[in-house]
Amino acid sequence: MIPATHIIELTYLIAVVLFVLSLKWLSSPATARHGVWAGEVGMLLAIVGTLFYRGIVDYKWIAIALVLGAIIGVPLGNVQMTAVPQRTALSHAFGALCVTLVGTAEFYLRAPNISRFMMSILSLEVILGGLTITGSLMAAGKLQEILPQRPITYKGQNFVNLGMLAIAVAIAVYLVLNPDAMHLYPIMVGIALVFGVMMIIPIGGADMPTVISLLNSYAGLSAAAMGFVLNSKLLIVAGSLDGASGFILSVNMSKAMNRSFTNVLFGAFGQVQHAVAGAVEARNVRSATPEEAAQILSAANKVAIIPGYGMAVAQAQHKVRELYDVLTKRGVDVKFGIHPVAGRMPGHMNVLLAEADIPYDKLLDMDDMNGDLPQTDVALVIGANDVTNPAARTDPSSPIYGMPILDVDKARTVMVIKRSMSPGFAGIDNPLYYLDNTLMLFGDAKQFVNSIVRELTGAGGHG
Amino acid sequence: MVTVDLYNSLYVFILAAFIGFEVIRKVSPLLHTPLMSLTNALDAIAVVGAIILAGEHKSTLAAVLGTIAIVAATSNIVGGFIITDRMLKMFKSSRTQKP
Repeated sequence: MIPATHIIELTYLIAVVLFVLSLKWLSSPATARHGVWAGEVGMLLAIVGTLFYRGIVDYKWIAIALVLGAIIGVPLGNVQMTAVPQRTALSHAFGALCVTLVGTAEFYLRAPNISRFMMSILSLEVILGGLTITGSLMAAGKLQEILPQRPITYKGQNFVNLGMLAIAVAIAVYLVLNPDAMHLYPIMVGIALVFGVMMIIPIGGADMPTVISLLNSYAGLSAAAMGFVLNSKLLIVAGSLDGASGFILSVNMSKAMNRSFTNVLFGAFGQVQHAVAGAVEARNVRSATPEEAAQILSAANKVAIIPGYGMAVAQAQHKVRELYDVLTKRGVDVKFGIHPVAGRMPGHMNVLLAEADIPYDKLLDMDDMNGDLPQTDVALVIGANDVTNPAARTDPSSPIYGMPILDVDKARTVMVIKRSMSPGFAGIDNPLYYLDNTLMLFGDAKQFVNSIVRELTGAGGHG
Repeated sequence: MVTVDLYNSLYVFILAAFIGFEVIRKVSPLLHTPLMSLTNALDAIAVVGAIILAGEHKSTLAAVLGTIAIVAATSNIVGGFIITDRMLKMFKSSRTQKP
């Protein structure tokens, strides 16, 4: 008979292979659902394998906890698609909570007989875990709008934050050298928890895609550190995959906003420039009615729709899908241009449009869209602002100068659906609105798109 | 013994990180949200450490912390897989879609 340890190790080995395949299959929408399947099987194998561990003396609480976790997990898996960013932030908090609790239990089981290396890794695990718990809860609160989205800053903030982190690290170093100073351990974890809160306070809603990705990376790294502590290769692999994914997404997001990590974490974006706004007030804008917009759209061959987070806020994606249908039936080529930071987390806009049944091969990323825009008849901007701001290309004094944007101003006609002329999230004036080829469509996104659709179906007979 | 384990772990970590970077770089930006929810679910494999803690019952503290940790991780596993699958189900190509 095969000993239990071999069974466990074999299930872990298979789980690792399935996890890597799971991410590999996610590379294309055609195979992506196999990826979920592979991940589920790997997870189930690993959990069942672990239950064979002969050191386990009591199954009752394991069973209760597994059932309770599943009960909490089901509603968390069934939130609305607009709520996915806060759900994701919450799950980072849960993941980090698990890692931090296990690390804490291991500390009290082993200390003071704990090797220096082990103590270093364990400290890394619980500091990263601790700041991820509270940081993610803060991020979830801001995304859910329970907490103010506005960045909150005060003098000496960075100094206070870095000082706190430095104290936590200093305690960690002290514990590595003197593991019997066990009373310091809760202080270290406590500081990490407070640091997580302080770290997110100065970060505004528009920076959430970067922050969520960064917290994802931390959650992964702390899990990998836990793998070192428990000497579990399975955990090291899963943690480093998660860490790598979070890191890649953070880099993507930072690049898409032309900012560095440090700038996101210490920059407190969003309240810099109100001085610019006064100088441009006198400029003229041209506006159009739904009828005029419908006429222009029906005369076009190629239309690019540029959705932003405002479209999701107005719940306009289903109306946009109707517009897509009407135009496509009339033989108009309609594509969607998705900026990497459209939405509140990486890829969020794609999910919202897919939910509205818009085929994914019509969703273009920024580079592909920018290749198309100069040959496009109409660019229709719905609820997006800063990601279309040509000042990012042309005006070195603009706070978003250098940020990659969707070059909608290169389309023959630009139409922007917007509630009013008030500046966008970051408070930056958008010169796009004053261009000669720009028409402003003032109104609520959902209603305006609906009026355009009605014009098009009414005028087009069987349409 | 400890150093052997350490080097084994470091090899695994570094190789896994390389695989992670290579595989995840190829994930289409279309699917970055499902990517994050999926890696989050996979990361909850930390549940195996929590199960051992809760099951071994070496101390009351360890058992209690382990039990809470199982709840947290399991909710991530269940919720993460459900929402990832729900999202991926919605992605349809225009070629396979009926007009």
